Amino acid sequence: MSTPHGGTLVDHTASKKKSARLKEETREMKSIRLTSGLRKDVQNLANGVYSPLTGFLCGNDFDWVLEESRLSDDTPWTLPIILDVTEEQRKELSIGEEISLLTEEEEPFATLEVEELYGFDKKRMARKIYGTEDQDHPGVKRVMNMKDHLVGGDILQFKKNSTDFEKFHLTPKETRILFREKGWRTIVGFQTRNVPHMGHEYVQKTALSFVDGIFINPIIGKKKAGDYRDEVILAAYDTLMDKYYLKGRAVMSILEAEMRYAGPKEAVFHAIMRKNFGCTHFIVGRDHAGVGDYYGPYDAQDIFDEFPDLDITPVFFKSFTYCEKCGGAVDGHICPHDDKNRENFSGTKMRNMFKEGKTPPEHMMRPEVAKTVLRYEDKFVGDQK
Amino acid sequence: MTEKNYTTVSIPKPLAKKIKKRMEGTGFNSMSSYVTYVLRQVISSMEEEEKAEEFSKEDEEKVKERLRALGYLD
Ligand SMILES: [Zn+2]
Repeated sequence: MSTPHGGTLVDHTASKKKSARLKEETREMKSIRLTSGLRKDVQNLANGVYSPLTGFLCGNDFDWVLEESRLSDDTPWTLPIILDVTEEQRKELSIGEEISLLTEEEEPFATLEVEELYGFDKKRMARKIYGTEDQDHPGVKRVMNMKDHLVGGDILQFKKNSTDFEKFHLTPKETRILFREKGWRTIVGFQTRNVPHMGHEYVQKTALSFVDGIFINPIIGKKKAGDYRDEVILAAYDTLMDKYYLKGRAVMSILEAEMRYAGPKEAVFHAIMRKNFGCTHFIVGRDHAGVGDYYGPYDAQDIFDEFPDLDITPVFFKSFTYCEKCGGAVDGHICPHDDKNRENFSGTKMRNMFKEGKTPPEHMMRPEVAKTVLRYEDKFVGDQK
Repeated sequence: MTEKNYTTVSIPKPLAKKIKKRMEGTGFNSMSSYVTYVLRQVISSMEEEEKAEEFSKEDEEKVKERLRALGYLD
């Protein structure tokens, strides 16, 4: 199993006693209401998903991440985990003060010890992280819409994790104990935000044949209209794993975090998080975490060359297709046939079939998986009434 | 980044010569970036060997109980 990133698995959840005290004390504290994305960041900080981070970045680390893709102690780190506040909020806060963090529903659930208040240049951040200032890029747009100031400091979570999918929510501590109990020494992580088709299964099982176990880790959070709803993705995977995977070799749990669409930098960030869950390997596909045509198809693979000290082995897959002559998923290394025998695993095509109530063909998707998806009336984000 | 984040180390000239030779064809454009790369690799592999993970007994039991309840462990 991998050592946690930076050496130690962070646990910034309060003890029972302390939690009871904080529930009282936070009533008197100044508070900041978080978006759902930031609330998830706090949970990930508290549970060690973002180890070695113990809180929101201060200015020095922020600069290091932007300029060097590392924390100021040289640990690889590619995306800044930051908390933005308004000018008014900044004026109210003082250094050293403990404040209360609220969920979207205004429930106190964590505290933050204010260590630094600082301004930042949004355009610079967009350029450094996303490689563009183009506001059509969803990540850039998000940065430009952020409040103007940042608060750095350690957090402490005193309420249980809030999740819509209790059954599938495991912390790094839990996955590490689970993998150890299963006797896995080498584990490959798979990131997804899609219903699995035969191409995914091919990638997962190819990787799995070289390691002890696979950790399927769908990212759950804000999605674009037209994406599969989280519930549908989880049910589809549940079906696939039940019918086509060995229980002793595959585990699924969710990662609650927002996609940032930062392409290569996000691919490294995804690998780091999976390392904290205990993975020794991580699958990086074509245009991993990309959006539009902002990044080259293999930029997210090439970036790993810059991190000889990442301590999780990326497993790279090029694009793969179905070949009717080979009778299965193939890539350019293994199939001698030409394009007329091949068909792309087109997620868009399958989505469109589902929209019309049709079942994708068996060579594209397992019939049991398709059946599971079809069971849902509202399959996609934006479908709900 | 700004220069304040960098420092200089001295190495024997013959070693520098060797390193230069090694660098050929690697795509690195300066000895500093090459040496940084190699050192990061070496140091991280040393750190990797250092630890075994420990959770408290209570923690372990609590976690295993939850894993069983959710069906992850038998
Ligand atoms: Zn073929």
